[in-house]
Amino acid sequence: MNWSLIVWNALYTGINAAAAGYCLVASGLNVHVGYTGLLNFGQAGFAAVGAYAFAIPVATYGWEWYWALPLVFVASILFALLLGLPTLRLRADYLAIVTIAAAEIVRFFLNSVRFTWLTGGSDGRNQFTGFFQDLNPLENNARYKLGAQSIDGYRLFMLFVGWGLVALIALLVWALMRSPWGRVLKSIREDEDAARALGKNVLMFKMQSLILGGLIGSLGGLILSSQQQSAQSGQFATTLTFFCFTIIVLGGLGRVKGPIVGTIIFFFLIQLIDNTLEQATRRDKIPEWLVDQNNYGQIKFVVAGLALAALVVFRPQGIFGDRREQVFDVR
Amino acid sequence: MSVDTTSVFAGVTPEPGAAKPDPILVADSVRRQFGGLVAVDVIHAEIQRNQITALIGPNGAGKTTFFNLLTGFDEPDGGTWTFDGHSVGGTSAYKVARLGMVRTFQLTKSLARLSVLENMRLGAGSQRGERLFAGPFRWLWRGQEQDITERADELLARFRLDQMRDEFAGNLSGGQRKLLEMARALMTDPTLIMLDEPMAGVNPALKQSLLDHIKQLKDEGRTVLFVEHDMDMVHEISDWVLVMAEGRLIAEGTAAQISGNQQVIDAYLGAHHDVDLGAMDDQEAMEKLGLDADDLGVEALAHIGETARGVGEPEGSA
Ligand SMILES: Nc1ncnc2c1ncn2[C@@H]1O[C@H](COP(=O)(O)OP(=O)(O)OP(=O)(O)O)[C@@H](O)[C@H]1O
Ligand SMILES: [Mg+2]
Repeated sequence: MNWSLIVWNALYTGINAAAAGYCLVASGLNVHVGYTGLLNFGQAGFAAVGAYAFAIPVATYGWEWYWALPLVFVASILFALLLGLPTLRLRADYLAIVTIAAAEIVRFFLNSVRFTWLTGGSDGRNQFTGFFQDLNPLENNARYKLGAQSIDGYRLFMLFVGWGLVALIALLVWALMRSPWGRVLKSIREDEDAARALGKNVLMFKMQSLILGGLIGSLGGLILSSQQQSAQSGQFATTLTFFCFTIIVLGGLGRVKGPIVGTIIFFFLIQLIDNTLEQATRRDKIPEWLVDQNNYGQIKFVVAGLALAALVVFRPQGIFGDRREQVFDVR
Repeated sequence: MSVDTTSVFAGVTPEPGAAKPDPILVADSVRRQFGGLVAVDVIHAEIQRNQITALIGPNGAGKTTFFNLLTGFDEPDGGTWTFDGHSVGGTSAYKVARLGMVRTFQLTKSLARLSVLENMRLGAGSQRGERLFAGPFRWLWRGQEQDITERADELLARFRLDQMRDEFAGNLSGGQRKLLEMARALMTDPTLIMLDEPMAGVNPALKQSLLDHIKQLKDEGRTVLFVEHDMDMVHEISDWVLVMAEGRLIAEGTAAQISGNQQVIDAYLGAHHDVDLGAMDDQEAMEKLGLDADDLGVEALAHIGETARGVGEPEGSA
């Protein structure tokens, strides 16, 4: 087995531009779930809105990036209002139901034949990344070495853009969550009636949280599609949301570094398991009846799922969480 | 009871719905029904400003529900009420709190994964840093935060929670959480503070100092309305007492006046008519009420259930 290649591969998957996109989507989700206690199961919807609100006007209508970028913000805020206004006054479970449904509606719409003229249908939207290519100081098509990996200049640039954005967002979330505004969000997570009894306009704070986390998720979607140079509805399936849940639970809910640590570990492990199984099955190191070359791709998720279950049981506060928080019964 | 207190209520007839000289809270025809059960049906009630008023009644009398309605945590089937001249019926809970009418909960709501100090700071109103766009810029709210922290530390010391300051609130004991909730409510600087069983689970030694704190609230110019089952406490600090049973206001008066009221005794001891209360003096009867309230309340509740199903007649309607 070529362990060095396996590890290099896993490392690269943990830090590549796609991982940065996931990390952003997860950071937004962390604002919702980790800090405010809003059960948003439709974060993929925000990501899709972000990607397509940029890709459609640029690719279909030839807009300049500086018009398309504000549209990402506007569309994502509108999406948050649309989800939030009817559901935020209801019990938490309703938001979960509505968000997961809304995200799927968005995806089916993007994928539908009828609206191919707008969204590109199953082909998605391409040729909207000129902005990033022009910005790139590196040669877009040249190959660069990153450890054992050889990647093109565009991907390498997007890696820096993605993680740069992650750093900025982390800074913003950190500054907000240490502020009295963040304190109100946390109090809503703990007990929204207590916050109300102290005169906090809970509905407004929840809305602000939904918008902020949604916006961050939209930027994540934009990065995710841009690094692939293609916006595809398949990128925004429910698995995106659930990967992001896994990521923030791994890294610790309601922690600034949670999504970052979680992303790197999550993708590192997934890729490590995947490559190991691939090589092992190819060299007949594992009996056929257990795993063969056709199904190892699924097994990595089984293993990842077991690992996650073990984590939740043995370290519910996440890998770097504060043990003290788990000492008492939260509910 | 101080002398001036007697004078405030001197002209007030001790009967349900009695008019007060300077009421801060006036409620009319407030009604709340859960299915077939009328939980609250208060025709008229007034709470005198800057006095300590107790709201008592057996378990299931509707005291908590009445609190919930008044503070906007539950919607009534009908009724109006005013607080300090503002009509507040139908106002959302947070606005009611901002007007200065702040309540605590019978089932304590401590914010478990915030520190005790953060719990306290949250109580402070008008912190600029609570605005989204001001939040990231610490210099905009830092000074204010320092003042708030100072005030929080004073209150924590007063409630003997200062040594728990940096603990998670979730690590506090049940009694400490009660104290924290009360202290946190005081951080809002309320005009009227409504306490739902503030003494439940607080140890006797601390109870006495809590009583003193509540009296001090009155000296600070605040109005206190509290629900309590402990009759000793009601006797010691309340200037006026409202009695609820089966959703209705059945009696009012000073603690002394209430303890001799036959309707009140009936309400508490509905299922125990065979007990010869006539043989006891008021004090003794009240002691019995205080001691047995919980135990008796369960039966009273069962009785209400029966009434709802049409089995018996309501006891208090006599
Ligand atoms: N959400 C609800 N749904 C149905 N019934 C309710 C609800 N809340 C209260 N009730 C009923 O209304 C009645 C009054 O309840 P409430 O909690 O106001 O009593 P209470 O006077 O505060 O009693 P305690 O002294 O035990 O706290 C009870 O019979 C209770 O079962
Ligand atoms: Mg109650």
